Amino acid sequence: MLSRFANPARFMRLSGAVLPFLAGSTIIVLAVGLYLALAVAPPDYQQGESVRIMFVHVPAAWMALLVYLVMAVASLVALVWRHPLAEIAAQAAAPLGAAFTLVCLVTGSLWGRPMWGTWWAWDARMTSVLVLFFLYLGYIALVNAFDDMSRGARAGSVLALVGVVNLPIIKFSVDWWNTLHQAESVFRAGGPTIDSSMLWPLLVMAVGYLLLFKTLLLVRMRTALNERKARALMLAAPRRRAAPPPRATPVLR
Amino acid sequence: MSGFAAWAAMGGYAVFVWPAYGVALVVLGGIAVQSWLRYRASRRELGRLQADDR
Repeated sequence: MLSRFANPARFMRLSGAVLPFLAGSTIIVLAVGLYLALAVAPPDYQQGESVRIMFVHVPAAWMALLVYLVMAVASLVALVWRHPLAEIAAQAAAPLGAAFTLVCLVTGSLWGRPMWGTWWAWDARMTSVLVLFFLYLGYIALVNAFDDMSRGARAGSVLALVGVVNLPIIKFSVDWWNTLHQAESVFRAGGPTIDSSMLWPLLVMAVGYLLLFKTLLLVRMRTALNERKARALMLAAPRRRAAPPPRATPVLR
Repeated sequence: MSGFAAWAAMGGYAVFVWPAYGVALVVLGGIAVQSWLRYRASRRELGRLQADDR
């Protein structure tokens, strides 16, 4: 699977071919998901209409963890096999993971206020997700902190791998500690405890978020490859240096 | 209350539900637009440099 994308030229060709379909299906699935979430799913018997926040909050939390896992695996591949695309993938994923984590934190706060009576609590679940957010930001800052792009990438990869210990802490925080946050109700032994009328909209939204991530990951990776190529061309012909050079590392902004 | 107004009121939770959807839209939509604009700029820049090469 990985070896098919082994060289950047082939990656550009393949990703360019699938991108329109990925982008199109992202828009369709998210539109259906929003309709199900806002119009079809019933209000909760305890939480009333506030339960609709779940449909933007829970998939964002799943993506926050999944994107970090993608970033960590890509970082491992970059460190061990020096695969050029792995480094680019990790750096392209980081801002997307930070965005999903931010959505998770803010929507959780907006849900917590009416249901728990507080915007925030320093319980294990919320604190560990906040740490995840700072790991993403730290990774982005570290990668960009070096003049030498490859040194920045390597330092970032090490940070991404160290940060993996946070993932099981987030996942099991609601079992290990007495948290204000509720325990898992979808991915649990014995099946989901959530009613199917709410589970379906939730899963459609989750697929929509996943498609959005895949689309933007490819877009950002293609951007990084374009920028590297442009940089190489510029360095090869110094007379063109009058034009402003592109930024060294293609992460955020 | 009409059907639409009742729906928009979200059973009294409108001030929490709509900002939650708004934040999701602004953050995720924002990074989508930013990614796309930078992608377009990178393609244009590369095209310009490659045209110069010939």
